[in-house]
Amino acid sequence: MAKFTRGFTGRGKAGRDPRLPPGQYDTGRQWPVLSAEVTPKIATSEWTFTIEGHVEQPVTWTWDEMQALPPSTYSGDIHCVTTWSKLGMEFTGVSVDTLLTDARPRADATHVLAFCSTGYTTNLPLADVTDGKAWVAFTADGQPLSRDHGGPARLLVPHLYFWKSAKWVAGIRVLVHDEPGFWERNGYHDRGDPWLEQRYQGD
Amino acid sequence: MPARWQTATVVATRDETERAKTLRLALPEPSGHRAGQHYVLRLTAADGYTASRSYSVASAPDGSTEFELTVERLDDGEVSEFLHDVVEIGDELEVRGPIGGYFVWDATTPALLIGGGSGVVPLMAMLRLARATGHAELAHLVVSVRSPRDLYYADELPGSDATVVYTREAPPGSARPAGRLRATDLAPLLRDDATVYVCGSASFADAVGDLVTDLEVDPARVRVERFGPSA
Repeated sequence: MAKFTRGFTGRGKAGRDPRLPPGQYDTGRQWPVLSAEVTPKIATSEWTFTIEGHVEQPVTWTWDEMQALPPSTYSGDIHCVTTWSKLGMEFTGVSVDTLLTDARPRADATHVLAFCSTGYTTNLPLADVTDGKAWVAFTADGQPLSRDHGGPARLLVPHLYFWKSAKWVAGIRVLVHDEPGFWERNGYHDRGDPWLEQRYQGD
Repeated sequence: MPARWQTATVVATRDETERAKTLRLALPEPSGHRAGQHYVLRLTAADGYTASRSYSVASAPDGSTEFELTVERLDDGEVSEFLHDVVEIGDELEVRGPIGGYFVWDATTPALLIGGGSGVVPLMAMLRLARATGHAELAHLVVSVRSPRDLYYADELPGSDATVVYTREAPPGSARPAGRLRATDLAPLLRDDATVYVCGSASFADAVGDLVTDLEVDPARVRVERFGPSA
């Protein structure tokens, strides 16, 4: 149990939105921007998305090919490890399931590494990007994803802390082992479940 | 890595501006931080309610048990208002860290440090490290603030290794009129072998990112830390 802080009452537990995981606060209408790189300018005419690695059929989609796939929507909350959460958002894109159906991960595949045009990477168990849990998203709350939020496309894995939802995503490498990504090499948790407060290695 | 919560004692406080306050904290053991890293600070109410925020370390690594965090007061900031209004010397605060392995600098390679407003905090740790270790020639800090009243660490800035750019109101007699950071402010300070560290609001970071990219700095040499609202 944490020790009490003299004089601190804070906003208290009463009235706390049950959608907020422990240690998170509601950022309201704001959507903070956090990233470690210079925001890139990516034209949709040059954009591609690739699934490679331990798959039966590596596949690359252009922007137009991706837009022609069946759309899928996520309505719900997102949680950043820096302690803000944004509730009741709506993203549209393509389900990662749809993409993996074409690429066909091999039976012994266990993890994926998402990679981005900036060099950013993040690792995820394969099970965290399948069965309707992950998207390549193009719009947020009805608007095309802005550059600073990862536009034209970002990975969306909303049940995990949001650094897993890689901005400017360029593809997914399917692996037979876990391989730490950018923040994970820098001390952050390999899985990042906000409900378990898996913020840093060792949590 | 920083799995452990520790209890730190507030040993000094100092106002940097009307809205920024530095807390000097003492740990039971040396902090062991690197310039650019941050700590998570956690407040716990009597009913068990907690609120945590991340704050950059402003002091240079010096092997001691003490380190400094500078906290910007945010309107309706649950944690920052508490740290400004309630915390006093002798209070104990829970901290976890130091955290961060990317936006760090160890004074072994050249660096250009560009900060906007409160974004100067982790960069000040780097500049102080350069000065303290006799490597002032390796680092140059550029800090952008609205007016002289908004400048943190004013008794240490500017200098031969630090430039202050005023965006709204420059001090009387300034050679440079007030205005946003421009390519001409940065171009003389760029060197091919330097890593560029940019810290500030998202809009500041994006503006500086575009400026240095237009000056043909390789984006791979630019490390960015965007300060979100940490109320």
